[in-house]
Amino acid sequence: MKDIEIGGASVYALLGYAAVFFGLVMLMVVVMLLGRIMVSAKRREAAKAAALPAEPAVPAKEAPRALPAKGTGGEILLHDVPEREAAMVMAVVAHRLQKPLNELRFKSIREVKDK
Amino acid sequence: MNILETLGRLARESGFAAFFAAGGWKNLIMIAVACVLLYLGIKKKFEPLLLVGIAFGVLLTNLPGSGLYHMEMWDAFLDPASAHYHSYSYILTEGGLLDILYIGVKTGLYPSLIFLGVGAMTDFGPLLSNPRSLLLGASAQLGVFLAFFGAVCLGFTGPEAASIGIIGGADGPTALFLTNKLAPHLLGPIAIAAYSYMALIPMIQPPLMRALTTEKERSVKMEQTREVSKTEKILFPIVVATFVILLIPSTAPLIGCLMFGNLLRECGVTERLNDTAQNALMNIVTLFLGISVGATTVADRFLTIKTLGIVLLGLIAFSFSTVGGLLVGKLMYKLSGGKINPLIGSAGVSAVPMAARVSQVEGQRANPSNFLLMHAMGPNVAGVIGSAIAAGFLLALFG
Repeated sequence: MKDIEIGGASVYALLGYAAVFFGLVMLMVVVMLLGRIMVSAKRREAAKAAALPAEPAVPAKEAPRALPAKGTGGEILLHDVPEREAAMVMAVVAHRLQKPLNELRFKSIREVKDK
Repeated sequence: MNILETLGRLARESGFAAFFAAGGWKNLIMIAVACVLLYLGIKKKFEPLLLVGIAFGVLLTNLPGSGLYHMEMWDAFLDPASAHYHSYSYILTEGGLLDILYIGVKTGLYPSLIFLGVGAMTDFGPLLSNPRSLLLGASAQLGVFLAFFGAVCLGFTGPEAASIGIIGGADGPTALFLTNKLAPHLLGPIAIAAYSYMALIPMIQPPLMRALTTEKERSVKMEQTREVSKTEKILFPIVVATFVILLIPSTAPLIGCLMFGNLLRECGVTERLNDTAQNALMNIVTLFLGISVGATTVADRFLTIKTLGIVLLGLIAFSFSTVGGLLVGKLMYKLSGGKINPLIGSAGVSAVPMAARVSQVEGQRANPSNFLLMHAMGPNVAGVIGSAIAAGFLLALFG
């Protein structure tokens, strides 16, 4: 089919656009079904896990303490200070001292309360 | 030995002399075109990975006497009356370097391998979490069929019109694949138009997006979509390949490779293959594809009124594809009660991820706290599947 009339071309153009829509709508239905099956399978698993009788509590082994990452100064003790504020305090100190944060060691941060 | 005669012969046989022969000026124009494309690729960074290769191919093939690419050999290859009809051995023994590299385009190998890489690079998660975006990928194929119709009206044959129309799919490998099957003589102009317009998406789409949507629509913040499980991501390429190829078998090389690449990415046990598909293989194929496609722009065949028609129709195709996506996006905005930002519709043209980025930029321009990128990636990858289906339909019709 080399040469094509203008009328024929308009029909093929409409047919082609419809074919693309048909293909992708069908694919959408398949993908939606796949998603539903997956979500319901996940829910069933969660429900099954919740329905299992609780096992007698076994004293949990103490988790091995993670080594501090290279370049950090180890752990820090926070006394009545939220983590977000502690992070800000450390950032301010590092900025004032003109030192990178990983070269400083903070041992503890305590809020000084009004007496 | 007559030194003067030897020097004279050298001068007559040099490429410089050919510029002054009949039609030599056309080569000069093509060299200028190559320089413009190189400028756009290198300086303006328009799709540089492909445009630089294509432009250099244009340059090499139009240097008289270079003998790297022979259009007449490929004419004989395609002529059923020729002794060399469909003879790759003729090309391999008599052809130049770019003739040999072009075999990968001719056989449809390069576009399919590019799709393998694209599949390995694409995360279909956004599409899986919001399957309705497939509708936007479908609607953004409007330009393909309008340009097809327009090309027939302008006097192109059916296969030529189909190859021109597919420029509107904004998908380079698909355009090359289809053109090579239906109208190989138009490969050069169609490749240049397709890749140039893909590079120009940030300039072509925004005015249309602003014209067709209101400030309120563009400001819509879309809700977070659901999380997609690993199993779904693994099943998706298997399901899509099976379903789409059964529906339109002629899409098999493109969809098969796209989904195979995606399976390599998602299955989690083929990390090395995934890495090769999206890096080394993709780079090698891009290199060969660019330079060999550029080589087809031989001056005599490229500088015609038909090329101007193709460039114009390509722009129409691109623009109407964007409009199609936006209009269905607006419809979805209305039907969802204003929950869907219509700007993601324009990402339904498949240029991944540039079209999605344009949606993000325009969305953020209207509302600085708007993040549409992941929402736009759904229609964007749906567009890849949509343009492959459109190509499959046209191939089934005219192939």
